[in-house]
Amino acid sequence: MSAATVTSRIPHRIRLNLRAVVGRAYPRIVGANREPSWIFFEAILPLLGIAAYVFIYQALANRVLLDPTVSAADKAATVAATNALIGSVVLGGTMIAFWLNVLWSMASQLYWEKEIGNLQLYMMAPMSRMALLGGMAVGGMFMTSVRAITTLVAGVVVFSIVLQVTNPFLLIAVFFATLVALYGMGMTLASLYLLWGREAWHLSALLEEPIFFTSGFYFPAGGLAYVGGWGRVLLTAATAIPATLGLDAMRQLVFPGAWGDKLWIFSPEVELVIILVLGVVFLVLARYALAYLELLARREGRLTSRHQ
Amino acid sequence: MEFAIETKDLVRVFKPSRKLLKRKKNPNGEGGSGEGPVTALDRVTTQIRQGELFGLLGPNGAGKTTLIKILCTLLLPTSGQAWVAGHDISKDPFPIRERINMVSGGETSGYGLLTTRENVWMFSQFYGVNSKVAKARIDELLHIFGLWDKRDAKVRTLSSGQRQKMNMIRGFVTDPDILFLDEPTLGLDVNASRVIREYVEAWVRKQKGKTVLLTTHYMAEADQMCDRIAIIDRGRILACDTPENLKRTIRHDTTFRLEVDTLRSASAFSGMKGVKNFSSKDDASKNTTSLTFILEDESAVSDILSAVQAQGAKIHYLQKSEPTLEDVFISMVGRGLE
Repeated sequence: MSAATVTSRIPHRIRLNLRAVVGRAYPRIVGANREPSWIFFEAILPLLGIAAYVFIYQALANRVLLDPTVSAADKAATVAATNALIGSVVLGGTMIAFWLNVLWSMASQLYWEKEIGNLQLYMMAPMSRMALLGGMAVGGMFMTSVRAITTLVAGVVVFSIVLQVTNPFLLIAVFFATLVALYGMGMTLASLYLLWGREAWHLSALLEEPIFFTSGFYFPAGGLAYVGGWGRVLLTAATAIPATLGLDAMRQLVFPGAWGDKLWIFSPEVELVIILVLGVVFLVLARYALAYLELLARREGRLTSRHQ
Repeated sequence: MEFAIETKDLVRVFKPSRKLLKRKKNPNGEGGSGEGPVTALDRVTTQIRQGELFGLLGPNGAGKTTLIKILCTLLLPTSGQAWVAGHDISKDPFPIRERINMVSGGETSGYGLLTTRENVWMFSQFYGVNSKVAKARIDELLHIFGLWDKRDAKVRTLSSGQRQKMNMIRGFVTDPDILFLDEPTLGLDVNASRVIREYVEAWVRKQKGKTVLLTTHYMAEADQMCDRIAIIDRGRILACDTPENLKRTIRHDTTFRLEVDTLRSASAFSGMKGVKNFSSKDDASKNTTSLTFILEDESAVSDILSAVQAQGAKIHYLQKSEPTLEDVFISMVGRGLE
């Protein structure tokens, strides 16, 4: 192959794969807007789940605030700490939208594509398999971001949270790095789920609530380190899930100095680096998992055909 | 490149899954038939020229879809080799994928929330077709396939015939050099089938270098459309020639069709002198048996009629007819396609 052929092939492949990403993202972005009921079910309803934690934190704060023996300084500290706690829960609630999307729409997507009959058409197309997964991820991120922002805005307004953004650029970097790592994890899981078939459905259910807990969706995850014995082990394991460190870094950046900086895992900068590393690891894993899956599909003839 | 598709001693064996084997070992399991390895393709060698409309004719389970899946790079052969558009399907699948497309009968691909246009456009993007070009092609094809009125209808609202037309548009929108059509008219009404057949024929005939591999078990469809036909059964290609030449292979034989009261057994006709092969099919709704005989010796008719009467069955009609592709199939295999 001549050098000229090589250079002319590169833009063609890139163009093809970019088009494939847009094509696959399209049904997620457009399809979601065709069912406007999602605003109620997926943006407003999650607030109810958050509300339960908010009321508990407010009730605990009220015990201090209504106590006449507590000094004004302590009361002010309690108000600030409660604001940070409630804000952490709302932030966690917005990340829940992403985690659920990764679990139910990203990880299990290839399995559903197989059941619908799309997967063999995808596998037959000349696009890169990463473009297929990338399109699913971009569509999912876009759709879920809209939902998450709606939940965040509603949460901030309803619960009167005061956010104090110290470093907006770092905050944006952490947010997007977390999304990339999270969806990279979803891309890896997508291939594994396809291998597992229907049983993967149960794994999604299994991963839902435990991850809410270990990743600290409703409380600062760093608090686990103060739980004797298993707390640190659990926290260490949870850092493999990008949402844990992403949430922790974002909370640090919008509630600086909260709880005397004792409940954070690492500094936001260190957490960003770890999230970036996780993102790269998951994307590479996804690429090889899908390549292996395709080889298996072609060899066994069982993965891309429906009902097999 | 003379051949669009070439296969050499292609073998595909499906091994039973571990789960199935486990179930078989378990005495309480319900491991049914077919637990052993299944040879779906058995040393298939064929060559399909560029610009040819090539038919693959065979009953269900003959290996047609397996062959198409191998040629579409979805499946690897157990042994043997195949080349599509000059590329080895095992070693070099990506350049093949850029030049092919496939449409299967009864396909349910796409997303119900998207419109007909959007669905086809989405698939065109996976082949890197320029968006403007894709949209223009889609509109043209929607007109040709009589689906223009449904262009903005959500896919979940389409009938199965309309959906299949949409699938055909999906196959043509990428302008492939080689198109694989796996039972494309399966379950469609006469009009929808005709529209599809006419367009496929025109697409191959009017453009240079376009090739179609069509699998079907509709004899008339294969007879009408194909330049050449390969008859496949139990993974083996039994014959491969033009429809006329295939029919000529049994021109020295005579074809008789009978409809009689339901027979208790058709075994009396096996090995009957002068009978080359036959097929029988019961119609429970009419309480009749339809028989087709390929006779080497026409005088065998009297023995056949005697055998029918010996079972007390009444003869509804008896017809001597010109050989069809189905007769060729019966002559080779000893049963009909249905």
